[in-house]
Amino acid sequence: MRVLVAMSGGVDSSVAAALAAREHGPENVMGATLRLWGGPSDSGCCSVADVEDARRVAERLGLVHHVFNLADEFEERVVAPYVADHAAGLTPNPCIECNRSIKFDRLLERARRLGFDAVATGHHARRETGPSGRHRLVRGADPTKDQSYVLSMLGQDQLARVRFPIGAMTKAEVRAEAERLGLRTAAKPDSQDVCFIRSDTGRERFLADRIDLHPGRLVDDGTGAPVGEVAAVELVTVGQRRGMGHGTDGRRRYVTAIDVRAGEVRVGPPEAAMATGVDLHTLTWVDGPVGPGAPVVAQCSAHGVPLPATLEDPGAPGRLRVRFDRPARRVAPGQTVALYDASDPDAVVGSGVVA
Amino acid sequence: MRSYLDHAATTPVRPEALDAMLPFLGGPTGNPSGMHASARAARQAVDDARERVAALLGAAPGDVIFTSGGTEADNLAVHAAVESGTGGGGSGGRTGGQGGGSVVCSAIEHAAVLRACRRQADRTGAALRLVPAGADGIVDLDALGEACDEGTVLVAVMAVNNEVGSIQPIADVATITRSKAPGAALLVDAVQAVPWTDAAPLTATADLVAVSAHKFGGPMGVGALVARGRAAVAPLIVGGGQERDRRAGTPNVAGIAGMAAALAASEATRAATVDRVAALRDRLVDGLVAAAPSLSETGDRARKVAGNAHVTVAGIDAEELLVLLDAAGVDASSGSSCASGAIEPSHVLVAMGMASSARSGLRLSLGWTTTAADVDLALEVVPEAVARLED
Repeated sequence: MRVLVAMSGGVDSSVAAALAAREHGPENVMGATLRLWGGPSDSGCCSVADVEDARRVAERLGLVHHVFNLADEFEERVVAPYVADHAAGLTPNPCIECNRSIKFDRLLERARRLGFDAVATGHHARRETGPSGRHRLVRGADPTKDQSYVLSMLGQDQLARVRFPIGAMTKAEVRAEAERLGLRTAAKPDSQDVCFIRSDTGRERFLADRIDLHPGRLVDDGTGAPVGEVAAVELVTVGQRRGMGHGTDGRRRYVTAIDVRAGEVRVGPPEAAMATGVDLHTLTWVDGPVGPGAPVVAQCSAHGVPLPATLEDPGAPGRLRVRFDRPARRVAPGQTVALYDASDPDAVVGSGVVA
Repeated sequence: MRSYLDHAATTPVRPEALDAMLPFLGGPTGNPSGMHASARAARQAVDDARERVAALLGAAPGDVIFTSGGTEADNLAVHAAVESGTGGGGSGGRTGGQGGGSVVCSAIEHAAVLRACRRQADRTGAALRLVPAGADGIVDLDALGEACDEGTVLVAVMAVNNEVGSIQPIADVATITRSKAPGAALLVDAVQAVPWTDAAPLTATADLVAVSAHKFGGPMGVGALVARGRAAVAPLIVGGGQERDRRAGTPNVAGIAGMAAALAASEATRAATVDRVAALRDRLVDGLVAAAPSLSETGDRARKVAGNAHVTVAGIDAEELLVLLDAAGVDASSGSSCASGAIEPSHVLVAMGMASSARSGLRLSLGWTTTAADVDLALEVVPEAVARLED
């Protein structure tokens, strides 16, 4: 079995590489660091220092290591759609798009051409294979680090060729193993934010360099009355509270809808920020579709609270409605909702993007 | 066995060079600047090397400035030409020192020249004009003539392209430079030329010529800029005034001795090596093209150095091909790499009008140690790898 390990230069993928090398032999494991972003960045996985960390870990483990330049694909399939979504008033999740179209598409495909049987990553998630040979995608053993949400778009084809060597470990165990092996990444801080956006200048600056940002009117969701202004409608997110002020009743206001073309952001009181459900498109299934009527648990962000819900048919082809058992915070269009099995709430059944 | 076919990146150290270096690595060595016997021994080694290098390159000893390699030599040359205005036109050459003028540079230069030119142009307010090349990898001389004018302070055209091996018509470049840009210094990056062509005509026509020891069997980390008499060279690195105040820093005595010995050995055997390697290269390229229809040879073989075999592989990402070749024992290369080690799309192929192949270039470069067995292995492995990626 030959395994290609995607090594970001962080501790999780370092230990994933070490475990893969132990299981399959270093001669059957290759490390690859993806160069995804050519622009300025201070986090994520593309700095020269991170590549150096990955290379040094690979050298220590006796692995061949290469850098793969997928910057053009990343620009085309992750960054450009991210910018276009914001321009349309949506709230995209670029990490999920990167997993969908780069790591578990382009990289998997490249690994196959290069003669590898599988790609291993340092994600905190578990792949379990049943007696029938069908694969399940299960939350990582460390509940605070679980990354099943950002992997929820995987299907059987991909899961057949993917390994998550550290999925059964807690973060503390991962760091302890890195320490034990003398890997230089053992104490390296986790990366947090979107890798191509600098923390000092932020999302606003990134988008302002690429698209025109338009000022917008804040409008009361109930009365239609103008209640204020925002500097850029493209930077507002449904559900956002910050900068929306207070209503005449003195309560906080939340964004309930965004109309970029009209330059309008609708705001309302806390109860208007709640929803009974959400419609999804771009549906994916871990092991075949789950039909309307099925009970599920919905997770609406990377570390969001799991919400019991029921799937419904909204009457539009290719769409599915998630009806929350109890009203929940509105989810911004463009965000991904991961669906878990109601009877086995650690197991992902599928995903969709909020319409 | 492995087949090392990346001699254009670096070629093995020649035994003559190693012998010349060892006395300065093992035993006691003085600093050439000192006033004692140990220092004198080191200084004499550097002086001897300078005379040897100068003679072999057709220059005067005082023209040779030892540097840390080709990149530093290129940077020093660009700095000298743009910042201090050491144009070939002598004292009248300074036209672009502050605000204005132009730097004319072939678009297929190595990054050491391209980026140095861009930086100097940005600093001084000069315009940077890039001259494209044809599909043969030869700089477009008409375009060069159009890019040059009275305000041009530097013209930079490499002697041999590092990716595709094309030999540039430096005599024509010099004629155009002198007539169209009389105030300009002419920089010829000869880093890829020395083991394959005679450098003397280059130093006879250009103002500034850069060479790198490890491309011809010397050690890494040493090179030279040949700056002909007229060219005043303001230092890029200041300090103790070494190299006639043109490049400060204690000289790399061992490296310089090794460079001179390597150059002597390389030049003494050049004609025979060129004949032998050209035959191997021809067999390699002809065999590859015959074995894999999706491979096409880049450029005009008659106008390339003997050690260069460059092909593009339609529809295939060179990054993937190199991983397979590496695993199968062939050390090859593509274009240039970025700081992280990732392969960048080739700016050379883009400048040659081959943008669609910019990620599909494969360079197999041969050298003085290349054998028939190296070529045999490549002929076996490359078509297999291509077939696998096409599958």
